Amino acid sequence: MLWQCIKMAMKAIAANRMRAFLTMLGIIVGVLALVVLVSLVTSAGDAVTEQVEGLGTDQIRITITDDGGRPLRLDELSSFTAHADIGEVAPINQISTTARFGDESGQATVTGTTPSYADISNLELISGRFLRTSDVTNNTHVAVIAESAAEELFGTPNVVGAEILLEGRPFLIVGVLADQETFISLFMPGYTVYIPYTTAVRMSDTLSSAVTTMLVSASGTDMYAAEVAIDEMLLNRFRRDEDAFDLFNQALVGEVMSEITNLLAILMGGVAVISLVVGGIGIMNIMMVSVTERTKEIGVRKAIGASRRSIMLQFLIEALTICLIGCLIGVAASWIVLQVATALFGHLMSFHLSPGVVILSIVFSIFIGLIFGLSPANQAARKKPIEALRYEG
Amino acid sequence: MITLEQVTKIYRIGDEEVRALDGASLRIAQGEFVAIIGPSGSGKSTLMNIVGCLDTADSGVYELDGQRIERYSEDELARIRNHKIGFIFQNFNLLSRMTAEENVELPLIYQRLSMRARRQRVAEMLDLVELSDRKSHKPTELSGGQQQRVAIARALAAKPSLLLADEPTGNLDSRTGKEIMSLFHRLHAEGNTIVVITHDQSVADQAPRRIRILDGRVQEVA
Ligand SMILES: Nc1ncnc2c1ncn2[C@@H]1O[C@H](COP(=O)(O)OP(=O)(O)OP(=O)(O)O)[C@@H](O)[C@H]1O
Ligand SMILES: [Mg+2]
Repeated sequence: MLWQCIKMAMKAIAANRMRAFLTMLGIIVGVLALVVLVSLVTSAGDAVTEQVEGLGTDQIRITITDDGGRPLRLDELSSFTAHADIGEVAPINQISTTARFGDESGQATVTGTTPSYADISNLELISGRFLRTSDVTNNTHVAVIAESAAEELFGTPNVVGAEILLEGRPFLIVGVLADQETFISLFMPGYTVYIPYTTAVRMSDTLSSAVTTMLVSASGTDMYAAEVAIDEMLLNRFRRDEDAFDLFNQALVGEVMSEITNLLAILMGGVAVISLVVGGIGIMNIMMVSVTERTKEIGVRKAIGASRRSIMLQFLIEALTICLIGCLIGVAASWIVLQVATALFGHLMSFHLSPGVVILSIVFSIFIGLIFGLSPANQAARKKPIEALRYEG
Repeated sequence: MITLEQVTKIYRIGDEEVRALDGASLRIAQGEFVAIIGPSGSGKSTLMNIVGCLDTADSGVYELDGQRIERYSEDELARIRNHKIGFIFQNFNLLSRMTAEENVELPLIYQRLSMRARRQRVAEMLDLVELSDRKSHKPTELSGGQQQRVAIARALAAKPSLLLADEPTGNLDSRTGKEIMSLFHRLHAEGNTIVVITHDQSVADQAPRRIRILDGRVQEVA
């Protein structure tokens, strides 16, 4: 019976192709809007989240804004590290200066820090070594530079043992790092160079030995516990002055980003669903007309023995078939649109049909077919055979 | 097998009351061939629709094969129409989107017969009305007489115990009408029960038994 109904539905649709297509259009546009919008938002969200995660979500950045006359000293940091929830702490200061080798020179962002920095920021050495504690205590003139800086200044990444001039002072290159997008490098263009914290302080007129910025990592994976711990310790240190420092947990950025994209997806999806509902109303409208037009057919079917149920099923399946065909066309069109978007903007991010939203749109289409097909189908089923037979359209 | 006892059907339109059937009583046995005649508006079609379970009486008793029809729900009536009754209409009432074959198949679909059984029965019926070579034609591609033969094949497909025809030759020329009537005679000879409404006295004269309806009442014609 079901199969017969599907065949009948196909026939009815084929008999009135143009009208069926126009009816479907509402569903097609609705599904297209739903699938494309949600796919775009989730694709963009994925891209942004990926970017944020690439910046290192496993560190907390602390900026001391007002030390109240009690500057934080370098040797105090070890007391923070002693806490069970805290992994490592690295102070940073930064100077923007010129880096020179021979005739080659360029703007460099020189970061003064301690050995802990390498672990916190997941730096990857290509050759040589990173800064050592002895470098910091003896404020030696050693530098670790990024691979891209080495390539551009020296023409080769194999520069361990070479000398580089920073603000005219020679530094011995002891290590080369793989290029990495860190949160800082994003805002600080130029060559990436690391030197001992104390050396940087001495080099600059503006930097003081007080720690104003530092990065903190968790001992395990619990960033939240680390945040609570460092917050409490800093509050104690600065006489419970909440305005003394800013605490910025990068893990939060990722969370907030994905929350925003989820919200956007729901919002966009909601708007698209409204257009699907409008499409459903169009289907109901046409089905009503169709039922009236086919009153005679219903009468004939009933006269030769169709039950209410089979008439009901016939018209319901017709509405469902229109919805589903519309849905499939909509999904296919969405795929094409996303494919085109990828071809155009593929260098920025890739757009993919998210399977979840495809399933969602199919479910919605079935739901709409049922809801808006029910009343016309019921109207058809309720017709009295004798009256339906007598009907002259 | 058909028993009507004091059946009435009253149509009310506004204040006006039309007694389409006014105490009609009738008995038709298995295997009979009955012609129903009577002036226009006398209640022939109304009677036929009640006998065919398309409509129900306002009062009186209608028994089909010993079962009182007024007890049945609409879906049970649909089942009876499907299995026991074959209807033939003046205007054929074929579904225009479907081929001859598919039209004949329709009652069998509602009987939930298997595809193979349906195919076989449809071929058999189209053969019976000599339209095997027109099976893929749509109604608009057939002559009036051919359309009526398809309708007869459809009415016969379910192997009903009762064949009801409301002016089956009314829309046909006299020669085609005769062909249809001779088909009825053949079906009668094969044991079918047939009730035919007609205006045409020459058609009625061919039937072994004739009934006249007058003002909603039934009279036997000698
Ligand atoms: N649906 C209806 N509503 C109101 N009155 C009706 C209806 N159907 C039939 N009638 C009335 O009932 C009476 C009998 O009608 P019926 O159709 O049975 O006549 P008939 O004998 O078949 O006539 P004809 O030979 O012209 O077909 C008529 O007076 C008609 O006006
Ligand atoms: Mg009539």
